[in-house]
Amino acid sequence: MDIRHHLPDDLLLAYAAGSLEEGWSLAVASHLAFCPVCRARNATLEALGTAALEDMSPEPMTPGAFEACMGRAANMPDDPEAAIPANAQTPAPLSRYLGCDLDAVKWSPLGGGIRQHMIPTNDGTRGRLLYIPPGEDVPQHTHQGLELTLVLSGSFADGAEEFHVGDIEAADETIDHTPVAGADGPCICLAVTDAPLVFRSWLPRMIQRFAKI
Amino acid sequence: MSDAAGAIDESWESLLTAVAATGDRDAFSRLFAHFAPRVKSYLLRQGASPSQAEDVAQETLAVIWRKARLFDPTKASASTWIFRVARNQMIDRIRRRERPELDPNDPLLVPDAAPAPDKQAAKNEDTKAVRNALAQLPEAQREVIMLSFFEEDPHPAIAEKLQLPIGTVKSRIRLALARLNSLLDQSDHGES
Repeated sequence: MDIRHHLPDDLLLAYAAGSLEEGWSLAVASHLAFCPVCRARNATLEALGTAALEDMSPEPMTPGAFEACMGRAANMPDDPEAAIPANAQTPAPLSRYLGCDLDAVKWSPLGGGIRQHMIPTNDGTRGRLLYIPPGEDVPQHTHQGLELTLVLSGSFADGAEEFHVGDIEAADETIDHTPVAGADGPCICLAVTDAPLVFRSWLPRMIQRFAKI
Repeated sequence: MSDAAGAIDESWESLLTAVAATGDRDAFSRLFAHFAPRVKSYLLRQGASPSQAEDVAQETLAVIWRKARLFDPTKASASTWIFRVARNQMIDRIRRRERPELDPNDPLLVPDAAPAPDKQAAKNEDTKAVRNALAQLPEAQREVIMLSFFEEDPHPAIAEKLQLPIGTVKSRIRLALARLNSLLDQSDHGES
């Protein structure tokens, strides 16, 4: 697999620092499973975080902290190791949210053969899987905020750029686009947004009121 | 200075490995003495109250003791592994947020390209190389990178602290990371 479209620096830095919201983090962690290049970048950023931690001026612990720590450790339950099915089509961080693999997802129709599956998060980000039939386009739209799209199956084209499995696209309010699924098969993506998409025509806008895109 | 830091860092790997292999309490007490006060300081810097910082620092070190057997020196340096545990405890207990994580055992994981034999440096060497590159950045660039690790909403917080427009903060971070990567590339080529 040859990943051509990578994560922007600022998102990866925020992920390494621990300041990235849940929905974005889900897209980042899922892309990292596909992309050795971004994993290496992430390791460099974590080394920067390590330097930040090492350079902190030490704050004395309270007397008896070591014994208290050992006491906590003795009472700490072991995490059950979560089993991951060997033939999964979705990266492990995403499977944990879906509770199933890609072929068992329950879809809701959005019109035009496009379907979605919402992925609840605990903050302002919104995650969803999108299913786009071969050759179909997502109606032209812009964004009020950021949209991250990670391809899980099939492919899509956005203008001259093609996105295949593992590729990630970051689109913001400066981008007005009509992504089109590849002809080779349905395109299934993880899409994360922090604000509703802005459609250019009335029909998707009407659907939007029901579909909470 | 980097030589001294390097010597210390190498002993972090052996201390953590001893904790994993034999439950070496003495090795752990040395890790605790160095890292617990720094983790506490890091948590205070993230906005924890003093009692919360003490509590979560103890918890972080307890997790390190319990999970030391998961430490793999071929995948991360000891200090980076400890940073990750501290950061994740901070997200979980101070920010109360979820952080989906890469699973190193994911069967779908696309493996790394095998490094050339002369590039198979231990991971603590990588951590040192990053630290050296960081030291070579102009102070203003180094500052925005370091501050990015301490703020819940970094761009506006750094802009306010440094009295700069947000756009300047973002572009300075981008420049700093580009400079850092080119320094790391140079050091890579220098060693091969």
